[in-house]
Amino acid sequence: MSVDAATVRRIAHLARIAVSEGEVPHLQGELNAMLAFVEQLSEVNVEGVEPMTSVTPMQMKKRQDVVDDGEIADDIVANAPATEGHFFLVPKVVE
Amino acid sequence: MTDLTSLTLAEARKGLAAKTFTSLELTDAHLSAIEAARVLNAFVMETPEQARDMARAVDEKIAKGDAGPLAGIPLGIKDLFATKGVRTTACSKILGNFVPTYESTITSQLWRDGAVMLGKLNNDEFAMGSANETSCFGPVGNPWRREGSNTTLVPGGSSGGSASAVAALLCMGATATDTGGSIRQPAAFTATVGIKPTYGRCSRWGIVAFASSLDQAGPIARSVRDSAMLLRSMAGHDPKDTTSVDIPVPDYEAAIGKSVKGMKIGIPREYRLDGMPAEIEKLWSEGAAWLKAAGAELVEVSLPHTKYALPAYYIVAPAEASSNLARYDGVRYGLREQGRNINELYENTRAEGFGAEVRRRVMIGTYVLSAGYYDAYYLRAQKVRTLIKKDFEDCFARGVDAILTPATPSAAFGIGEKGGADPVEMYLNDIFTVTVNMAGLPGIAVPAGKDAQGLPLGLQLIGRPFEEETLFSLGEVIEQAAGRFTPARWW
Repeated sequence: MSVDAATVRRIAHLARIAVSEGEVPHLQGELNAMLAFVEQLSEVNVEGVEPMTSVTPMQMKKRQDVVDDGEIADDIVANAPATEGHFFLVPKVVE
Repeated sequence: MTDLTSLTLAEARKGLAAKTFTSLELTDAHLSAIEAARVLNAFVMETPEQARDMARAVDEKIAKGDAGPLAGIPLGIKDLFATKGVRTTACSKILGNFVPTYESTITSQLWRDGAVMLGKLNNDEFAMGSANETSCFGPVGNPWRREGSNTTLVPGGSSGGSASAVAALLCMGATATDTGGSIRQPAAFTATVGIKPTYGRCSRWGIVAFASSLDQAGPIARSVRDSAMLLRSMAGHDPKDTTSVDIPVPDYEAAIGKSVKGMKIGIPREYRLDGMPAEIEKLWSEGAAWLKAAGAELVEVSLPHTKYALPAYYIVAPAEASSNLARYDGVRYGLREQGRNINELYENTRAEGFGAEVRRRVMIGTYVLSAGYYDAYYLRAQKVRTLIKKDFEDCFARGVDAILTPATPSAAFGIGEKGGADPVEMYLNDIFTVTVNMAGLPGIAVPAGKDAQGLPLGLQLIGRPFEEETLFSLGEVIEQAAGRFTPARWW
């Protein structure tokens, strides 16, 4: 399988990465090189094989449903590019 | 005092205990070495004040006799590990001046045991690379050069800063991470020892995530014994990482020097590649002969799905990366590029903040997870991963204790030499190491010889899950036979 220019633009949008028109052909070539490389997987017989979900056979650990952390709002916003009080600032989303 | 930097960690521990020198002296010697080696670009942040404060504090503890197992040992920390109050960037522009308000579990365990932080080490951006060329701080130089050449070579990646700094005697050991070979390949390129432990052995908490089902941290060090000492402090159960395993951490150092008599060593035929350089082939046979001479039994084994590990990895790893890296949105931390609306803000921030390799992997990961392609790519790759793991399980079920392979298909290459036209050319570096991540197994790279141009080459040993001790015992045999290698100083 290979991707065309429209697909490259669609993937870029899904990934939320701005891509200029000039970059599309180059990206398309690179993505197609990767897709050509992984194409060899189609020759493997995976009939009846379970997909891997955990590399170590272990039970998913569960925690007690209790609050064991918090009251650290200052820490949470400490690295934000734009804040007001303990809120993150973003461009207007809802009209 | 500069010769203090040439000690191994084990030797330094003796000197500190005997009060031949203090941690402050040892730390200062390394800080001077770092200053004199800036051309290597191994450190992206030096923390001399903090290092001296930590060293003074630990010297007091040593005087009182209550020092930990790594008391006074100066280390470098890969910039993927969150360090409280010290900038942590994963060498990406998108994290900008991110200063964590918390400490990663692994580094906090190192400080608990008395280690001293010298600074943060360069790596490929988000650990995506095999040459340390994708870092936003620029490439790292390998302290090794070809005989009679002035060309600067890459130290491998993604833990290139860690490997370069340890090889150049700038720190006594370093933390590193390995998703497809990022500890073992740079170790092999720099004649250092690197171990990727079993998935779950070390906590991933506080390490910038790349591909969570594959990422595992480990040390890069100057000797097998040093790597065992470091891993003992780094390993352990952490309730903050649900994939971290709750089993006791053995005294890995006790495995050094243990007899390997009667151990069964698998030599996998699928690792003998067409066109493999003769010197790698020779190194591999030599390594096998050393283990045999030490009493191990060699058996040919087959890992039939080996060739599919790398393509499956280049689906699974980018898929997980595309999900993990969704958090870099220009809102909560790091870089922000303005936009007319929230979508433009995201898109502009991520276009500006991610480098070319990261953008490429996030996009491929997005594609293989997208509607209509998920089954053909992602689900199939996860099935292939099951088969890769089964290959190893079958091999171990036949009584094989460990598997011996070359660590890399070549020695270090020049900066800018690979991957320019086709990204896959660079990816092939990890062909011998990536299988181990796919199967979640432990793997160690040990220096074993040099190529015709005088560049170091390494061998890899792959073990059963949570049997790192076997790797240390076998690794020691190789180190004893091959000797240790130090680059001639040119910087």
